[in-house]
Amino acid sequence: MSVDRKTVAKIADLARIAVGQDELDPLAGELNNILSWIEQLSEVNTDDVAPMTSVVEVDLPWRADKVTDGGYRDDILANAPAADHGFFTVPKVIEQDGI
Amino acid sequence: MAEYLQGATGEWEIVIGLEIHAQVMSEAKLFSGASTAFGAEPNTQVSFVCCAMPGMLPVINEECIRQAVRTGLAMGCQINLRSVFDRKNYFYADLPQGYQISQFKDPIVGEGEVVIDLPDGTSRTIGVERLHLEQDAGKSMHDQHPNQTYIDLNRSGVALMEIVSMPDMRSAAEAGAYFRKIRSLVRYAGTCDGNMEQGSMRADVNVSVRRPGDEFGTRTETKNINSIRYMMQVIDYEARRQIDILEDGGSIHQETRQFDPASGTTSGLRSKEEAHDYRYFPDPDLLPLEFSQAFVDELAKSLPELPDAKKARLISDLGISDYNAAVLVAEKENADYFEDLLEKLMTKTGKDAAALATQAANWVIVDLFGALKKFSKSIVDSPVSTRDGAELLALQIDGTISGRIAKDVFELMLESGKNPEQIVEEKGLKQMSDSGELETIIDAVLADNQDKVEQYHAGKDKLFGFFVGQVMKKTRGKANPQMVNQLLRPKLDR
Amino acid sequence: MTKLTDLTMAAARDGLAKGDFTSVELTKDYLTAMEQGRELNSFIVETGDIALDMAASADEMIRAGKATAMTGIPVAVKDLFCTKNIHSCSASHILNGFKPRYESTVTANLWQDGAVMLGKTNMDEFAMGSSNETSYYGPVKNPWRATAADGRAETKDYVPGGSSGGSVTAVAAGLAAAATGTDTGGSIRQPAAFTGLVGLKPTYGRCSRWGMIAFASSLDQAGPITKTVRDAAIMMESMAGYDAKDSTSVDRTVPNYEHALTGDIRGMKIGIPREYRVDNMPEEIEKLWQQGIDWMKAAGAEIIDISLPHTKYALPTYYIVAPAEASSNLARYDGVKYGLRVEGDSLDGMYKNTRAEGFGHEVKRRILIGTYVLSAGYYDAYYLKAQKIRTLIARDFSKAYEQVDVILTPTAPSAAFAMGEKSDDPIAMYLNDVFTVPASLAGLPAISIPAGLSRDMMPLGLQLVGRAFDEETMLRAAHVLEHAAEFTAKPAIWWGEK
Repeated sequence: MSVDRKTVAKIADLARIAVGQDELDPLAGELNNILSWIEQLSEVNTDDVAPMTSVVEVDLPWRADKVTDGGYRDDILANAPAADHGFFTVPKVIEQDGI
Repeated sequence: MAEYLQGATGEWEIVIGLEIHAQVMSEAKLFSGASTAFGAEPNTQVSFVCCAMPGMLPVINEECIRQAVRTGLAMGCQINLRSVFDRKNYFYADLPQGYQISQFKDPIVGEGEVVIDLPDGTSRTIGVERLHLEQDAGKSMHDQHPNQTYIDLNRSGVALMEIVSMPDMRSAAEAGAYFRKIRSLVRYAGTCDGNMEQGSMRADVNVSVRRPGDEFGTRTETKNINSIRYMMQVIDYEARRQIDILEDGGSIHQETRQFDPASGTTSGLRSKEEAHDYRYFPDPDLLPLEFSQAFVDELAKSLPELPDAKKARLISDLGISDYNAAVLVAEKENADYFEDLLEKLMTKTGKDAAALATQAANWVIVDLFGALKKFSKSIVDSPVSTRDGAELLALQIDGTISGRIAKDVFELMLESGKNPEQIVEEKGLKQMSDSGELETIIDAVLADNQDKVEQYHAGKDKLFGFFVGQVMKKTRGKANPQMVNQLLRPKLDR
Repeated sequence: MTKLTDLTMAAARDGLAKGDFTSVELTKDYLTAMEQGRELNSFIVETGDIALDMAASADEMIRAGKATAMTGIPVAVKDLFCTKNIHSCSASHILNGFKPRYESTVTANLWQDGAVMLGKTNMDEFAMGSSNETSYYGPVKNPWRATAADGRAETKDYVPGGSSGGSVTAVAAGLAAAATGTDTGGSIRQPAAFTGLVGLKPTYGRCSRWGMIAFASSLDQAGPITKTVRDAAIMMESMAGYDAKDSTSVDRTVPNYEHALTGDIRGMKIGIPREYRVDNMPEEIEKLWQQGIDWMKAAGAEIIDISLPHTKYALPTYYIVAPAEASSNLARYDGVKYGLRVEGDSLDGMYKNTRAEGFGHEVKRRILIGTYVLSAGYYDAYYLKAQKIRTLIARDFSKAYEQVDVILTPTAPSAAFAMGEKSDDPIAMYLNDVFTVPASLAGLPAISIPAGLSRDMMPLGLQLVGRAFDEETMLRAAHVLEHAAEFTAKPAIWWGEK
């Protein structure tokens, strides 16, 4: 599988990382280098092999339904690049493409 | 009967699917210990985990697991003993992690079906495809500032149950009925409060159209609808819009649309219409969720009687009409009130449930609901308690007051807040049931209206009501009407 | 008179207990050494005042008879651990200015035991690297320098390995008694080998990941970097333990690891995996490995040839799984809640500018690879496939452990290389981890012990891999190996005032 500059641009967009036009080809080269090295995995027969779902042999621990956290807004906002009246602030979203 | 829309070129069928997001009733969030209470100051119910600080990790809340299973059981769905949490990756300001922990291929609840009652009295079965647990996002406020959006993460991480229907609905009315049924079920099960104004329950509405018998058409999705009225508007508008496009020879794009309540229309989002690539993969900070059938069975035992079963019992065991039974069970609080009232009534009168149920049901539905509507109160804030309601009915049943007087007493109860016995006593409203007293009054009425008596004898039977009316007037409504009838007839027929 | 900063942790523990010196004195000596060693660039932040306060408290603990094995010991902390109110940036510009209001569980364990924090050490950005050349704060210099054939020490800089380059440099140069590191694919073991130290990665789930800035969730583990195996055992015991705030943390008692160092490995079965004999394996590495085998045999262990058939697929598997998880873990760095924000014409613009400026090149590359292998159409071929091969790799080990108790391999395919030598070829860089990655994928404990010197007089290490949660057996073998190797070499001091 190899990537071209268009694909790199698409991936960079998904990852929300600005990539200059002049960086696309070199990046495509670097990624292709790595991807072709990874390609060797297709040699391995993995029929009837389950993907690893947990490294440790334990059950998912369950927590009791109690309020044990939160209520420290100052700590939450302490490192915020921009905050106002108890809210985080960001550049206004014109289109609500919220999910 | 399927409802088809008339287009310029023929008939069209609407196909609707709903994805309902129901906030789980729990003290704390799905993967963090912060509170889920509504209405707190911004960012005061946020832990380091909820705002995705570096190094933070999720730990699952056991009550949320139980609530999801209870909801699945209430919908008659298959419960999956093993399910997996996946990360749904995308960027938005109210999604601090840059991913939402959700469930993709292996949800906690599988297929089931739900019966809905339609306004015309018919029923339909709507399929449920699945229910999964996921985190809610925070809230973005775009109108607090000219060029900033304000983010409150209090809601970030609250547990949601996403309930996905099969695309089985064929009209806005069916969609509304399905939504109401799901809302009723979660309220019965105690897993979600169904409060749409507060955002506890909202829906994404998927609409497509097709020629009857054809394959499904392309659908559009309108998200975060938090009122049934809006939902129905969306469906009607979308269906028409799509039909118009198709009849003009165009085609429908699969897209997310936005609803504008002011105009009742939907519009496409201007942003790029490429489908989101969420890159789902199992969350490596969590392990698969597993529990036993015994765990599920215990939860099943803890569920209250659900609406369908309750309705069937009210009809078959208590002889209540289909319509009244449906009305009573639609909201758990109504059913609870009715059943409590009925029990108290049985104790007061010594009669059995079947003998009392219909009268009690009628009183609740007509009189009480009427009053609640008038005073804009909900049944949990009812100005009349079940005790007083039962007393009012008991007074009628044992003949202390007539039905007519009872209505007056009820009004006085609402006005004064006093209980019925007090009012009857204070206002001297006891029904006059002494035959001697009544005969004296009847004789007086007949004596005062000799001309009418003669007309009656001449054949004007309708005047019987006039005489009854006069007796009631003279007794200020307190005469026992059945007795008056009984005593009057022989006197007239003499 | 031994310099205080030359003491092992165990020796310092004894000295403190006997009252030969105080923790404040010990700490002051380390702080002076740190000042002298600044050109090594091993610390991003020095916390001198805090260290002295903590040392004073430690001295109280010792006086009150409440000391633990770590009390009063000055340690350096990898920048990846969140330390309350102190710079914690994982050596990245995107966390610029971030000072967490919480302490990681692992470091909290150390402070509870009375250890002293000297500062936050430099590392590869977000732990992505094997040479500490990708840090926003500049590369770290290995205190070791090669010696040319004619015996003269070279003057060019060598890499300390990575990603825990700052931690190993601090310990190797005598700037700290020990350091915390993190290991995802070899980031404790490989730099420990490059600098003549002991580096231990415990079983996955042994140490809590709460408060550790995440790179690859299913692989990251905290561990100690120390001068000796005994020190590693002591520090491991303090760092480890169940944490209810981490769903992957395992609830098992932490044993006294020091007690495992009996010195007796007679009858222990040591597995030698044939697939670790890679193509173009440098002769000196092969020789060192054989030397290790002989030492173990001499100590009474039984040597058994084993096969770990899927070994060669471990590195490419790792370079799918780790970037995939990282691409998701690093999505939270968006300029909204903390760290760097670069303005943009819209919310998306802000994200893109912030992340472009905040992340270094290697991190960006891995995020892109990770995003790609998870994307629609490629998930099955890459991520799912890699997770299946991971199952096979783990199975290889399980089968091997039916026959053997520990596995012996070289730690790295070479000694430390010169700075800049491999930074143009990512795959050459990735190959540094060829021996360490398999144990990470299988979640097994592994330790590197300094075992010899290369032709250029640079340190070489040997690795032991143990059964899950059987750090004791592995430590026991490591202790014997260390004893046999008698690695006493130290780097000639070329930094600071002469």
